[in-house]
Amino acid sequence: MARKDRMSGNEATAYAIRQVNPDVMPAFPITPSTEIPQMVSNYIANGQMDTEFIPVESEHSSMSATIGAQAAGARSLTATSSAGLALMWEELLLAASNRMPCVLTLVNRTLSGPININCDHTDGMGARDTGWIQIYAENNQEAYDNFIMAYPIAENKEVRLPVMVCQDGFITSHAVENIELLEDEQVKNFVGEYEPEEYLLNPGKPIAVGPYAISNYVMEARKAQEMALEKSKEVILQVAADFEKMAGRHYGLFEEYRCEDADYIMMIMGSAAGTAKEAVDALREQGKKVGILKLRVFRPFPAKEIAMALKNCKAAAIMDRCESYNTNGGPLASEVNAALFRNKVMIETVNYVYGLGGRDFTVNHVFDVFNELEQLIENGIEPEQYQYIGLRK
Amino acid sequence: MRSDVNKINEQTPYQDLTEGLQMFASATSVEFNTGEWRTDTPVYLKDKCKQCLLCVPTCPDSSIPVVNKKRLDFDYDHCKGCGICAKNCPFGAIVMREGR
Repeated sequence: MARKDRMSGNEATAYAIRQVNPDVMPAFPITPSTEIPQMVSNYIANGQMDTEFIPVESEHSSMSATIGAQAAGARSLTATSSAGLALMWEELLLAASNRMPCVLTLVNRTLSGPININCDHTDGMGARDTGWIQIYAENNQEAYDNFIMAYPIAENKEVRLPVMVCQDGFITSHAVENIELLEDEQVKNFVGEYEPEEYLLNPGKPIAVGPYAISNYVMEARKAQEMALEKSKEVILQVAADFEKMAGRHYGLFEEYRCEDADYIMMIMGSAAGTAKEAVDALREQGKKVGILKLRVFRPFPAKEIAMALKNCKAAAIMDRCESYNTNGGPLASEVNAALFRNKVMIETVNYVYGLGGRDFTVNHVFDVFNELEQLIENGIEPEQYQYIGLRK
Repeated sequence: MRSDVNKINEQTPYQDLTEGLQMFASATSVEFNTGEWRTDTPVYLKDKCKQCLLCVPTCPDSSIPVVNKKRLDFDYDHCKGCGICAKNCPFGAIVMREGR
């Protein structure tokens, strides 16, 4: 039976890790993800789980050891944030290209500079082209649920790719909220035992992982990997359907909140979706037809599905919690606009950058954004494209 | 997914490659002729060789075959011509020649 409790996002993630009880966890502390390996260490010290914890000297090492353990045949994971993820960059690509179904719990924090420890999505967006599946959580409940779904997705025979389970630093990771926990036995049965077909420590069945490939193999290898990522979309939905049967909570590639007849839709990821929903409820009371499209799965990018979800609205605000320095817009807006164009959905879009380095994003900001969309459609007042919310100028 | 590595070649379509190009075989590096990289070549002077075998463990590419406790001539398919063996030989029985 489900049990009600109150936990921070980090506590919820550590609790899920204990329930899954993976084989190996190499980790190096970095704010705001530090609590995750710390709490897991406590569980191990208390004899509540038997994961092999490896304290390493850097994130370059933690990801390397995660890959090594996974290749050896162990279910592995690590946790990090910000500069820690940046230091893993080379290994992130190796984990994906070597088809290692390991898991990384990312607590999103900005990257320097200016140096800052608070939330935005710069770290996760920086890893968006590494071949990992990326799933973003709105709150502690989703961080918990997404972790429990991570291994069944990663280890699926059609996928075999690493999964990054992302939650917003401090806002989700450190804020304590209500949560519904599953029983240990339920989680254990849902995730199952890891039984790889091929692994390094398998006597009599030799295997080489990560061999050098000459030019005549590289493009074919990349395509095969891309196809697995494409395939994962279906698997993510299947795992979500199985999870719903067990836990009663529904998940998709994204969540459409009051979008059914919406003229104006805000597309957003992570904890700010909660704020946006609150604002939408207030605007709906006033009779405004507004909705939120909260992206959950950023990789693989559900381009066609997003285009179909937005096609009946008049204008959409695409919210980026990241500056991508391409001088044309944030990463989410760039990809959504490309998706709309390719699917011939010619609605108006406006790109907003918000919440960098932990800057507050409030219900009033959401009102302002919807007002700009309405002014654009009703009165032809063009808003500034690619603008920063709350910027002093 | 275990597949015969000999069935994969440069004409194999992407769908038939192994996951992550994993190789389901061991000692496959024998088939990789690193000797092609050589720019200088060690020459074995059999007359000067005392069969002390000091050269053998210094070779990074296992390119000095040993049979019945005696070294044979170089395995030029794999010798990269690094010259460590020549430097280590106490008897001048290995000299480096320019070119392959």
